[in-house]
Formats: sequence, C-alpha cells, structure tokens
Amino acid sequence: MSAGVLFDVPGPRARARNRIITVVASLLLLGLAALFVWRMNAKGQWAGELWNPFLKGQIWRNFILPGLKNTLGAAAVATVLALIFGALFGIGRLSDHWWIRVPCGVIVEFFRAMPLLIMIFLAFFLPNKISPVIAESSFGTLQRVLVDNFFSIFGVEINAGTVTVPAFAAVVFGLVMYNGSVFAEIVRAGINAVPKGQAEAGYAIGLRKSGVLLRILLPQAVTVMMPAIVAQIVVLLKDTAIGVIIAYPELLKQAFREIPPNFHNNILQAGIVVGAIYIALNLAISRLAVWLERRSRGSRRTAAPTMGAGGAPPAPGMSATGTATGAD
Amino acid sequence: MRLRRFGALIGAATALSLAVTACGSDSEKTDAKSVVQKAKDSKKITIGIKYDQPALGLKKPDGTFEGFDVDVARYIAKQLGVPESGITFKEARSENREAFLGGGQVDLVIATYSITDARKQQITFGGPYYIAHQDTMVRADDNTITKPQDLKGKKLCKAAGSNSFRRVTEPPPDGKLNIKGVNLVDASGYSECAAKLKTGAVDAVSTDDLILAGFASQQKGSFKVINQPFTDEKYGVGIKKGDTATCKAVDDAITKMYSDGTAKTLLDKYFGGTGLKPVTTVPPFETCA
Amino acid sequence: MSLSDLLDFGPFFDNIDAILRGFWATIRLAALAGVFSLVIGTVLASLRVSPVPVLRAAGTGYVNIVRNTPLTLVLIMCSLGLNDTLGLTFSDDSGTTYYWWAVLGLSGYTGAFVCEALRSGINTVPIGQAEAARSIGLTFSQSLRMVILPQAFRAVIAPLGSVFIAMIKNTTVATAASYSEVVTEMKTLLDLPSFTSGAIPLFLGVAAGFLILVLPTGYFFGWLAKRTAVAR
Repeated sequence: MSAGVLFDVPGPRARARNRIITVVASLLLLGLAALFVWRMNAKGQWAGELWNPFLKGQIWRNFILPGLKNTLGAAAVATVLALIFGALFGIGRLSDHWWIRVPCGVIVEFFRAMPLLIMIFLAFFLPNKISPVIAESSFGTLQRVLVDNFFSIFGVEINAGTVTVPAFAAVVFGLVMYNGSVFAEIVRAGINAVPKGQAEAGYAIGLRKSGVLLRILLPQAVTVMMPAIVAQIVVLLKDTAIGVIIAYPELLKQAFREIPPNFHNNILQAGIVVGAIYIALNLAISRLAVWLERRSRGSRRTAAPTMGAGGAPPAPGMSATGTATGAD
Repeated sequence: MRLRRFGALIGAATALSLAVTACGSDSEKTDAKSVVQKAKDSKKITIGIKYDQPALGLKKPDGTFEGFDVDVARYIAKQLGVPESGITFKEARSENREAFLGGGQVDLVIATYSITDARKQQITFGGPYYIAHQDTMVRADDNTITKPQDLKGKKLCKAAGSNSFRRVTEPPPDGKLNIKGVNLVDASGYSECAAKLKTGAVDAVSTDDLILAGFASQQKGSFKVINQPFTDEKYGVGIKKGDTATCKAVDDAITKMYSDGTAKTLLDKYFGGTGLKPVTTVPPFETCA
Repeated sequence: MSLSDLLDFGPFFDNIDAILRGFWATIRLAALAGVFSLVIGTVLASLRVSPVPVLRAAGTGYVNIVRNTPLTLVLIMCSLGLNDTLGLTFSDDSGTTYYWWAVLGLSGYTGAFVCEALRSGINTVPIGQAEAARSIGLTFSQSLRMVILPQAFRAVIAPLGSVFIAMIKNTTVATAASYSEVVTEMKTLLDLPSFTSGAIPLFLGVAAGFLILVLPTGYFFGWLAKRTAVAR
C-alpha cells in the first residue's frame, strides 16, 4: 500500500508540521505506555513471581505446548472438513437444478448468520439433553447405530441412551459449519469470477457439466480463491479460542485458566504471553497468504490503475477484508 | 483426474473408519467388567479430578496433581490394588463428568461431586467421602457480610455451570434462601471468582466450604469464610451406573481411610488454619445402586 | 417424556423474559459497538495513509496486533485484566462497567477490520482522483475528507456490512467477559435442573433471534451498497 499519491512531497512548512505531529504523537503513545506501566506497578503486576513462570520449561511442556497442540489439531481437522463442506455447498449453489441450489443456499445463509458460539453450544449441550428421550422412542435404535457407526469417529459416545459430545467434536462442528459456509461463498465467487467464455469453450469442445466444472472452472478458480481461503483459515484458527468457553483444553484454556491458579492469579501476564503466541502464529499464516497472493497476481490485470498503486484490486467478494471478518 | 481420486480416497477412508469403529464398539460391549475387577487385573485406573481447584484438585506446574480429592483418589486406588504409577488423572468438569463415566473414559470421578437425586438417576455414587456445606467467602477485611442475608445489595459471583448462586437468590426447588436484590457477576469458574473477589470485582463467593477453604488456604490472609453453612453437599465418588461391586469396594476404602486416620491427616494438611472445622468421622453412606 | 415433548415451547415461553432481556443486552452492545468501531476504523485508516511515519506505524501496529488476537482473549483481557486486575473501572455497578468494557473491546477489535475494509476501499479509488485533488491545492486531510474517503466508503459498503454482521454475532463471545447477554441467559437456563425438555425450542428461539438481527442488517447494507454504488 503506497500512500504516496495522497500527498505531495512535503515542503519546508509541511515538514515542520509533520515534525510537530511526530513529536506530539510519539509523546501521546509514550504517555499511554507510561500510564499502563504505572498502573501495572501500582497494582504490583510487575512482580517477578507473576512473570517468571513463563520462563520455565515445565510450564511450556505441561500447559502451553499441549494447549497449542490441541488448538492446531482442532484447527487442522476443522479446516479440512470445512473445505470439503465449502466445496460441496459452493458448487451446489451453482447447480442448474433448483432442488439442489435452493437447499444449499438456505443452509449456507443460515450458518453464516449463526454465531459460532451458539453452534458450539448446540453440538455440546443439545445431544446430552434430548438423546434420553429419543432413546425411549422408536428412533432409539437408529440413534445408537448412527452414533456407534458414524459419530464415534469424532469421539461421540452413547451410554444407556445418553449421547455425549466431547468438547473437541463440538468445537470442530461449530467451526466447520460456520467456516464451511464462508468457504462455500468463496468457492461460488471464485467460480463466478472465471470468465464466461471459459465455460462456453468447454461446452463447445463437448465436455459435460462435470467436465467443465472439474477441468476448466475449478482449477482456475482455486488460484483466485487461495488468498481468501488462507485469510479465512487465520479466522478459523483464532476462532478455536472460543473453545475455552466449553473448556476444550486448547491454548487459551490451558494457559489462561490452568496456569494462573498456581501463580497468584497472574491472569494479565498469561494473557499477554498467549496473545503473543497467537499473533506470531497468525502473522506467519498471513505471510503465507501475501506470498500466495503475489504468486497468483501475475496473470491478472485490470483496466485502470487505482490507488492500490500496482496490483489488481481483489475480485468481488475475494478481498481478504471482505471475507476474513468472521466470528473473531 | 486429481479431484476424483481425492474423492475416492476420502470415501475409502470413511468406509475403513466405519468398519474399524463398528468392530471396536462390538467387542467393547461384550466384556464390560466392573471397575474393581479391571483395577485388580490390570493394575491401572483412570480417575477424573478437577484441574483448577486449589487444595482439592489442582494441576501443578510440573504436571503433577495435588489436593484433598487427589489424595482421596490415590488412597482409594491403593485399596483397589492399583499402585500410584498405575493411576491416570483426567480433567472432569461439571459439563462432562456424567459423560466420561458413562462412556468409560474415566473409571471413577472424585471431583467435588455432590450426590443429588437427579444425578443418582444417571450414575452410581460411592461414599460420600465428605459432607461439605455451602458457605460464603468474603475478603478478609470485609466486616459488612456476616450472614447470607447481608448479601442484599452486594456483588455475588455466579460461576458458569454451577447452581450454587441459585441457593442464595432463588426459592426452592432450584434455590434455597431466596434473597432478593443480590447483584450477580458472571465468571467462568470458582478460580475466576476468587480472583474477582481479591480485586474487589465481587464482594462474596458462595459455594461448598471445602472449595472456599481451598482458596483461603492457598492465598492466606486474603479471604475469610463467614461460617454460616446452609446446605449439605455430600461429596461422592462417581461410578458408572450399576457397578455396585465397585461402589462397595469404594465404601470399604473410605471407611478404612477414616479409621486409620488418613482422612484427618489429609483434611488437616489441606484445610488446616483456614477456620474450617473438618468432620473426621465417616459420613453415613448412600446405598449402592 | 415422549418425542413430542421435545418440541414443547412451554418452558421456552415461561422464560421468555430472560431471553428477551438477553437479546436486549446483545442489541445494546451491538449498537454502540457498531458506532464506535466505525469511528475507530476510520481514524485507523486515516492514520495508516497519513504522511507522518509515526502515525502510520501506530496504525499498522494496532491493526496487526488486534486483528491477530482471538476476540475471546481481547474481551477476557478487558474484563479480567484491565477492569478487575488493574482496577480500571467505569462504574461501581458491575453491570455497567462490564458493559462498557465489552463495548470497548468489541469495537476496538471490529475497528481493526473496519480499517482494513476502508483501506481496500481506498485502493479502488482511481489515482486520478487523488491527483486532481492535489492539483487544485487540497491538503492531505482535505483530500482525504472530501474526495477519497467518501468514495472509499461507498465502495466498501458491502464488505462493511459483513464486518458488522460478524460483529453482531461476535457479541456472543462477551459472555466470557462477565457481560450477561443472550448466550449467558441461554446457558443459565440449560444449567437449570428443572429445565429438561425445552432445549430444542430454546436453541430454535435464539437462532431465530439472531436471524432477525442479522438478515435485515445484511439486506440493508446490500440495498445501501446498490444505491450508493460509484458509477465508474
């Protein structure tokens, strides 16, 4: 982002003014930092015993790294399943048959409108509450067979008619439903962004619908979609932190809920350390997104140069900011 | 065609996992053993405890666990013939403990688990190994709250997943004291409640006296318990529904724990000097069913 | 209990006042956070394109830190960290102080996304516009205020709509930060021992509530985007 076109090369007066603004802004920022430091000091939050735990290997070994592993595990499983969900429903929404298109659209729009936390609660609390009733009804056997043969892959258990969903499965369910719907929209927009002539040329050489989709549209759409998908994966990774509310032992839960009871409730310190870990992790993934965007940009061109100073504006619905704003 | 091959791969993987899990669940059902038998044979046991409750069940920085519940668990395991190295601890929270027992992910739950009629429908309880009482904890220098009725107009902590606050603010059946005008402040659990109490974000925390005494002993001088108990909380050992053999073995272990003085030693170790007057006689047991 | 009891809306309507109270708390939070995040986002975007390097760095740093931190952590740090531990309270009344921290945390977080949306909007404004503004002698703040931002805003109304929809849904996370909104009320009902058969209606009701909040917001922004689209 070059902002150079917005202002002239500063003259002597502008330079003087910019210097004043620089000084004032720096003082303001330093003042804020000083206020924070002073307040921390007033409340005794700089005490070594509150910070030292995070320098110990065993804290990392027993709390932070296992938490990180669970965070990444849930994110990885959810990403794969959400991509499958997104591909199916995104393509489904483009179907020529209304009886495929409409239900796919309804499902995608519904899950995009639902808060992630509600979906996680749904998976976590509802089966436990309603399964005993179902077990007594004529669907009891069906419920048991379904749980035993399919849902058990995700660790779901059934005992004496009561179905229980582990926190991991509930978090993954929520993430897949929400992010899968977002992926579906990305897929749809990506396929729509492929010039119409491509599909027409495909039909002209005698390909069927599936051939056009799989051999012509999808391969081209994937390169366009990549940046948006990676941006959404960052969102997904951050969203795993909501798991703390149902006590899924991910990073935030282990570092923020289990360390402080041992060290005089060093909540603030734990939060700062965990925040730094999340930021580092997400910046690494974002770097990857930027790199992918650069790579896929080469082949695309726009009509008029814009304020972006080189490089195409993202395709409609494709901009990282347009899609990467999901639940937290 | 790359995509099609990928789809086939997923299909195959799903089919395979279906087949594997189907077999697994069949064999699991045929040889369901009582926990006491399994413990004797394999010298291993998995016990659900709390991870964030000082003096009851706390995960320590070195990855070990300590607390009254943890030591009771170790004692019972020893009586069932399991050495300390054979015990695996798992975190049991109010959201998942019935599920863990039912699904066999844990063999016993010893985690400030109150025996109630509703829970007795779902699981079998050994013990109780202690009878706690709901009490109220305030800051050590706070003299304005001496009885539960003083909570009117004060900020009371409401821990997620716990119904203790209801016994203060609501009438029976869900509550008890029905004190109106209490300001409830949400928190994720009792650790957070204790943190909020210390900083003044709440004025009082009301729940089982053992939990409160745990915080009082961990952060000495910060809190005091007002000693106005108003309920009985029978802490039981959670066992899979119908496993009466294990229930009886657990009851025997608890009787022995009190008769050989271990119970008194443990109660003194974890709650000594907190003002809590622990009962050192065996509590009356529930029937094993 | 039989299957039909699962769809009995009786327990749901018995507790409708608690649920409506929760939704009112959600709306109160979303409305104020919407206004604040728009202000914060515009300020941040202006900082990020300003001629002064310190301001640019401050804006960039803020956006990179906040955008990569989970909202759950941001909100918990506001309530547990800043309010409780550091004692930076807005009021002695716990409901009020946690409300304002939830508003501040949510708008600070959403503001970073508004900023990024606006920046991509600035990217769509043709260079000629900025050059014309400069050539008639407008200063940086004048050209930003009168030429660039008005066009940028109109270009990003649809993405801003998604940001606000995400924000409305994100209000649910405030339940982890001691702010009692609809999810808190829902969880309290689910914890209630006597609330056994009303779980499905409860979820349906809350889901319907969010559809009522989110769908019109989406249509409104879609309509606004079409109405104000820049013809180019």
